[in-house]
Amino acid sequence: MIRVDTDVLTRNNVTVGGRPDGQPMVFAHGFGCDQNMWRFVAPAFQDRYRTVLFDFVGAGGSDLSAYDPQRYGSLDGYATDVIDIVRALNLHNVVFVGHSVAAMIGVLAATREPDRFGALVLVAPSPRYIDDSGYVGGFSEPDIEDLLVSMESNYLGWSSSMAPVIIGNADRPELGAELTASFCRTDPEIQKRFARATFLSDNRADLARVKLPSLVLQCSDDLIAPDSVGEYVHAQVAGSTLVKLRATGHCPNLSAPAETVAAIAAFLNTSPGPGV
Amino acid sequence: MPDDDATAAFYSALADDDPAELYDNAPCGYLSALIDGTIIKVNATFLAWTGYDREKLVGRRFHDLLAAGDRIFYDTHAAPMLFMQGMLREIAVNVIGASGLRLPMLMNALLKRDDDGQPLVIRAVLFDASERLAYERELMAARRRAEESEARARVLAETLQRSFLPPDIVTVPGLDVGGAYRPAGDGSEVGGDFYDVFRTGHQTWGIVLGDVCGKGAAAAVVTALARYTVRAEALYVSSPAAVLVGLHEALVSGYPDTFCTALFLLLNPLPEGHRLRAATGGHPLPLCRRADGTIETLGRPGSFLGMEETADISEFSTILTPGDIVVLYTDGVTEASNGGSFFGESGIAEVLAACAGLTAQAMADAVVAAALACQDGQARDDIAVVVVKVPPSGER
Repeated sequence: MIRVDTDVLTRNNVTVGGRPDGQPMVFAHGFGCDQNMWRFVAPAFQDRYRTVLFDFVGAGGSDLSAYDPQRYGSLDGYATDVIDIVRALNLHNVVFVGHSVAAMIGVLAATREPDRFGALVLVAPSPRYIDDSGYVGGFSEPDIEDLLVSMESNYLGWSSSMAPVIIGNADRPELGAELTASFCRTDPEIQKRFARATFLSDNRADLARVKLPSLVLQCSDDLIAPDSVGEYVHAQVAGSTLVKLRATGHCPNLSAPAETVAAIAAFLNTSPGPGV
Repeated sequence: MPDDDATAAFYSALADDDPAELYDNAPCGYLSALIDGTIIKVNATFLAWTGYDREKLVGRRFHDLLAAGDRIFYDTHAAPMLFMQGMLREIAVNVIGASGLRLPMLMNALLKRDDDGQPLVIRAVLFDASERLAYERELMAARRRAEESEARARVLAETLQRSFLPPDIVTVPGLDVGGAYRPAGDGSEVGGDFYDVFRTGHQTWGIVLGDVCGKGAAAAVVTALARYTVRAEALYVSSPAAVLVGLHEALVSGYPDTFCTALFLLLNPLPEGHRLRAATGGHPLPLCRRADGTIETLGRPGSFLGMEETADISEFSTILTPGDIVVLYTDGVTEASNGGSFFGESGIAEVLAACAGLTAQAMADAVVAAALACQDGQARDDIAVVVVKVPPSGER
C-alpha cells in the first residue's frame, strides 16, 4: 500500500499538477522567493510530466512552525526537505529542476538518494558564492555581511502585508487574477538564516559526485552566478550540458520563461536519462 | 477674484512647470531601465544626488549602482517580485554615488508590459531617505535591545523564583517529601508562591508553604522575607501558630500594604508514625489521605497574615501513620479551571487515589500536571504543591 505522508505535503506546501502518470518533475525555488518562481515555467511541462512544486520550510506557504534553525542551518537540511517530498509522493526517476541555491540543494539530495532521481536541471547554479584561491564566486565575505544588513533595512519588504493588488495577465488568462500579497513573503529572521546557509555554503566537492544527466543553464550578465561559475559547474559535473541563455540577470524563469522552457525541453528530449 | 499680478504669477509658474521640467527637476529621482536593468533614461535630480554624468549612467545596469548586499537582495527578491506583481514599493537600497559614497534611498518601481504582456520597461522613482533609514535602523536596534532586555528580565525572574524554593528537598528521616512548582503564564513574571522544608530541632522538621499577594519585584521582596522569617521564627518558638504569628508581625511592621497566606507544619517521629502539628494563616487547608483512603482537611483556616492588626491563628495536631499522605498546595491548584468547573479539592483527591503508590515527588508532579491539564496547559496562577508521605510499613 502506498502511504502518502500528508504532513510533509502540508509542511512544504506541495502542489502536484500535470499528468498523473507522467515522469515526475520537481521544481525547487531558491533564496528570496517561493514556488511562484516557477509560475511561468512549470505549466509548460504539465502536458507530459507530473509537476511537483513546493516551498522550502521557512518560505512562502510552508509551515513556519516546522522551521528548525539547527536543521536549516545548512543546505543539507533543505536537501532533506526534497528527499522527504520525493519519498512522501513515492517518486522515482525524478527530473529535478532547481533554481539558484536550490540547484545545489538538488545536487545534495540526488547524491544522497540517487535511486530516486533521473536528471538534474541546474538553473543559475553556484556551488560557492565567495571567491576562493583559484575560484571566482563573485562575492567577498564583507559583501555577504552587507547583504544581511541590507535585509535588515528591507524588513518590511520581506514581511509586511502589502495592500493586496489584483493582477491579471492578458496573455496568460489561465493564470487568472490573484492577490499579490502572497508572493515570496516570509519571516525576515528565517530569511536571514537562509541567506547565511546559502551564501556561506561551499559545495564544490559535491559536484563530482553527480552521476546523472545534468543541464546547466547559465544566464547572461548574472551577478549572483557569473559565467565563470556556470563553466566551473559544467566542468565538474561529468557529462553535463551547458546552455548559455540570452536572458540576463539571475531569474530567467521570470524574465525569460519561454527561453528557459525551450532549453529545458530540448535537454529532456535529447537526454538518454534512465527509464525515460 | 485674484488681481492681475496674482494671475500673471499663476500662469508664469504653470508655464515653468511643464512636463519636461517637472520630470527633470522633480523632488525625487526618476529612472527608466530595460528589463535587464540597463538604464535608458534618468532625471537631473537623480544625477545631482549621485554626482554622475548622464552619459556615464545611461547604458549601465541599475544593479551596478547598488551596494553588494542590495544587489543580491534586488536580484533574488526585489526583481522576482517586480516580475510577478508588476511593481515594487518602498524598497530600501544604497545607491553608490560617483564619489563612492552610499546614498540610502527608498525605491518604488513599476514594470510596464507591451500589448502582448511582455515586460518592456522598468520605471523607478527614488527618494533620498538617509534620515528615515537611519531612524529605522535606530528602531531596529531598539527592538533588538528590548528583546535582549526582556530575555534578561526573564532570567532574573526565573532565578529569583528558584530562590523561593529549595533546590532539592532535604531528606527527612522516616518521611518521603516532594515539592513541585509551576509559574503562571510563561514564567516571565515572579510569582508569590513559596515553600521550604528544613530542620528546626534535633528530631523536628518544619514545612512551610505560602502565597504572597501580588506579583513582580514587590511580591518577590515579601516572599523572600516570608521564607526567611519562618525559618528564623521556627528556631525560637516551638509552636506552629507562634511561627505564623511571628511572620504576621514582621509583615505588619515591615510591609503594611501587603499580606500573605501560609501553612506551617512541624513533624516529629513517634514509634507509631509521626506527630503533625499544623497552623494555617488564611491558606487553603492541607488535605490528608489516610492509608484506608479516607480524605480529610487538617485544621482551621485562620486569618490572613499581615492584613489586620492581630492575627487569629489556631493550631491542630494529628498522628500520621504508615500509608498516610498530606498535600499542601496553593490556590493555583484548586482554582484551576477551564471556564467550567474548578479543579478543587476533589481534583487533588482523585490524583492521590490514582497515585497513592508513587513517591511523594511523583505525586506532587502529578497534582501540578493535573491542575495544568484542567486549564489546557496554561497556568493562570502560580501553582505550588508539597506532598508528605509516611511510607507504608516495609518501605521505611
